[in-house]
Amino acid sequence: MEKNNKTTGKVVGIVANLVTVAVDGPVAQNEICFIAHNDERLMAEVIKVVGVNAYVQVFESTRGLRIGSTVAFETHMLEVTLGPGILSRNYDGLQNDLDKMDGVFLTRGEYTDPLNREVKWGFKPLAKAGDVVTAGSWLGEVMENSIPHKIMVPFKMDKRYTVKSVTAEGEYTVDETMAVVVDDEGLEIPLTMVQKWPVKMAVRAYKNKPRPFKLLETGVRCIDTLNPITEGGTGFIPGPFGTGKTVLQHAISKQAEADVVIIAACGERANEVVEIFTEFPELDDPRTGRKLIERTTIIANTSNMPVAAREASVYTAMSLGEYYRAMGLKVLLMADSTSRWAQALREMSNRLEELPGPDAFPMDLSAVISNFYSRAGFVYLSNDASGSITFIGTVSPAGGNLKEPVTESTRKAARCFYGLSQDRADSKRYPAIDPIDSYSKYLEYPEVQESLKKSAGEGWLDAVIQTKDILLRGKEAMEQINILGDDSVPIGFHDRFWKSELIDFVILQQDAFDDIDASTPMERQKHMLSSVLKVADTEFKYKGFEEVSVFFKEVINIYKQMNYSEFNSEEFKKHESNLDSLLKGRMN
Amino acid sequence: MMESQAFQKIYTQLINMTKATVTLKASDVGYDEMAIVDGRKAQVVKLMGDIVTLQVFSGTEGIPTNAEVTFLGRPPQLKVSDDLGGRFFNAYGDPIDGGPEVEGEIRDIGSPSVNPVRRKQPSQLIATGIAGIDLNNSLVSGQKIPFFADPDQPYNQVMASVALRAKADKIILGGMGLTNDDYLFFKNVFQNAGALDRIVSFVNTTENPPVERLLVPDMALTAAEYFAVDKNENVLVLLTDMTLFADALSIVSNRMDQIPSKDSMPGSLYSDLARIYEKAVQFPSGGSITIIAVTTLSGGDITHAIPDNTGYITEGQLFLRRDTEIGKVIVDPFRSLSRLKQLVIGVQTRADHPQVMNAAIRLYADAANARTKLENGFDLTDYDERTLEFAKVYSDKLLAIDVNVDTDTMLNISWELLSKYFSKAEVGIKQEFVDKYWIEK
Repeated sequence: MEKNNKTTGKVVGIVANLVTVAVDGPVAQNEICFIAHNDERLMAEVIKVVGVNAYVQVFESTRGLRIGSTVAFETHMLEVTLGPGILSRNYDGLQNDLDKMDGVFLTRGEYTDPLNREVKWGFKPLAKAGDVVTAGSWLGEVMENSIPHKIMVPFKMDKRYTVKSVTAEGEYTVDETMAVVVDDEGLEIPLTMVQKWPVKMAVRAYKNKPRPFKLLETGVRCIDTLNPITEGGTGFIPGPFGTGKTVLQHAISKQAEADVVIIAACGERANEVVEIFTEFPELDDPRTGRKLIERTTIIANTSNMPVAAREASVYTAMSLGEYYRAMGLKVLLMADSTSRWAQALREMSNRLEELPGPDAFPMDLSAVISNFYSRAGFVYLSNDASGSITFIGTVSPAGGNLKEPVTESTRKAARCFYGLSQDRADSKRYPAIDPIDSYSKYLEYPEVQESLKKSAGEGWLDAVIQTKDILLRGKEAMEQINILGDDSVPIGFHDRFWKSELIDFVILQQDAFDDIDASTPMERQKHMLSSVLKVADTEFKYKGFEEVSVFFKEVINIYKQMNYSEFNSEEFKKHESNLDSLLKGRMN
Repeated sequence: MMESQAFQKIYTQLINMTKATVTLKASDVGYDEMAIVDGRKAQVVKLMGDIVTLQVFSGTEGIPTNAEVTFLGRPPQLKVSDDLGGRFFNAYGDPIDGGPEVEGEIRDIGSPSVNPVRRKQPSQLIATGIAGIDLNNSLVSGQKIPFFADPDQPYNQVMASVALRAKADKIILGGMGLTNDDYLFFKNVFQNAGALDRIVSFVNTTENPPVERLLVPDMALTAAEYFAVDKNENVLVLLTDMTLFADALSIVSNRMDQIPSKDSMPGSLYSDLARIYEKAVQFPSGGSITIIAVTTLSGGDITHAIPDNTGYITEGQLFLRRDTEIGKVIVDPFRSLSRLKQLVIGVQTRADHPQVMNAAIRLYADAANARTKLENGFDLTDYDERTLEFAKVYSDKLLAIDVNVDTDTMLNISWELLSKYFSKAEVGIKQEFVDKYWIEK
């Protein structure tokens, strides 16, 4: 979309944030433009063109805007600025650095630089003169917090180039030339640490994208044990409000074994973002001992911020993720909530007077969602290093109905489904992930099974399947008991039900607000699961059905004390031996 | 802000008219600008070339095509100063209590959002004395939370007592579609409490045109921001009834020929509501805005678009329900939730608070299961019987809205009940708390 002269235009129509602009030259779909209003410049994006009229969605409030205002088109789409210094930043949906903005309130038309242009980075060359490079090839690296941040051939450069020179090791700002490459026509191109990328395009600077095969530990038992997600995997968490979506997402982003975490707070509550701002600088990353904020970037486009920028925010987040993935890093991307993004699409589609699909969402909603999810994944780079983006989105189904369009469309795109259940939330069984309805398609991948056998042991998969069976049988037993009555079913039904309750209370339920219970490493998950399964495999003797619940409540209580104790600590072992004697007492 | 023009052009030719809008040819008009059409207030909602569409708040009944139209060159505004205290205004910010115009600084309503990085994490408990709130769903200043209630429930009464006990520096009432009786109720309660000077009210009653309601939350919140930002005060904003506000939104969107989404609500309902509720904030300078709202339900249905979208925006909801066992209205512990309670419970309140709260609610849930068993004609176990007895006393002594005690007392009552009806294993609370608070029989 390169053009010689910049196109300009004049505002001819305004309805909320949809503005019609009569243009004097060529414009491109999704091109960025600025509308002049008094001293302010309002950023907007072309979303439809009819004759000489370009329809643009304004990323700001249009209050006071007048017919006849001048518009300047920028010849590029909405872009992110990529370079060292993105980590631990707080951006809005358009990648403006929120901390650089003055004042308590957001000012219309204020745009801030995402990077710091003054700070010097310690550069170390990785490529040398004569190397043949392509988009994404590593030229050098700087240490960004504790992350080796690669300086790459910009993703936009789609040819083969030869390195002419790489700058020597030393301290440089992001705008200094770090390398010069030559294309096949002999044109010399100087490269800095900074590049730009249009957010709505997927970065394809990698060799191939195999199916994900390696478990990504989250420390959340009902995910890791029951329905694991993989490095480069996709998952979604639908749940009615109040079922703990956000708490679960925060838990995952704190605990998951990722190098970089990008959180897109998309149309959600501002106080939830404040919680991250407040907590992450204090919390230690259990894997590096440094602060969590050092590996985290937050894209905050909360529900009261402009709707069009909300739509952009998830793309901005994904593009940042792709950038770090190309450095050979494990990226975890969380978007809360993708429903708000879909609603932003709906609001625009509605103003454009497009014919609506189900629930007034745009007809291509499903395609837009699956296209977005497809940008996640595990990749091998051109130098055979690997990187991944694991993407987990939350969905806020209208009325808690999982048949609504956003949930349905996401189900087609994401491989893991962590459905939050209202019933579980009502009875405070958190995380409220429904153990029966939820699934991870990855468990069916032979390569994942193979990798799980290696990491968790030969018998692990069988144990997981057995656990799911016990839960299902427990549910069935419960239904029978409810239909027939406590004393009209064989005692075995009570036993079966309470064994499933045991798994529920000990494995599935997890206290996200307890320092120890909040995160369970795989090692401990294995220990607890095999311990609980041993109990489930044991035959106990009861005199009457009343004894079953009394007994299991005692068992569960001891296990809960174990969950609250440091793993293998004296306290833990004390509870464990109490448990042993309790169980023995019931066996004969 | 734009300057008002010295010379105001008068237009006298309407080209289109609907029930709520008029269209005319005019130039140099700003989007969102206010106008006067035949003496009625109106606002620009669409500009297309020189064709301007105005939404007339009170409807277009009786407006002739040659009506006089003038543009005011500014969005809706409110004059703010300390003189707002004790006054009652309509949706346009004009006094309705017979008092004089308020002098003060002119502010546009519907101001920009707070930069999220400039917010402070809410951390100050708001005690109400109602255990269904303080014990199970503690409120925090800077929070936004609605009551979900059927129209026959006493939500306005509960809200008024919460407001008066909350020790806020200012209380701002935004009344939308209030019946005249409820309006007088609030006026009396505030007057009797001797609190009138710290209360500002913006009221749209059922006697006023429904579309005017759309201005009420922004008026109330503009006043709130004045006190919270300029005066560093803790401001409590009461918005009742947000369902009627949303109904007005759907009326407008319908008249603007927009395609409705779920339950005939506009597709932008979420953003429209979020814009209001997100004004709740804790400022670093000490001031805060807390919003307590009312969303009336139809037959307890929370899947309707209005409560559903609200639930996704607000930091929890307080659910009122009549408990037939004890014949009182209670704060339902299952459906109610305060998302910010984690910031204060066990921190500003006693350390055992979170665990006691969860254990009691779980046992109360077991009682609900026991009741189902009973209704289905099954025998109850000893445990079932005990949960039922517990539930009744728990409901009466703690959940009922007529409770007024401090949080420590609520916790003590909880321990009394837990110890009385259950064994330690059944309660399943961390050992250190059981050791400290369990009352041996």
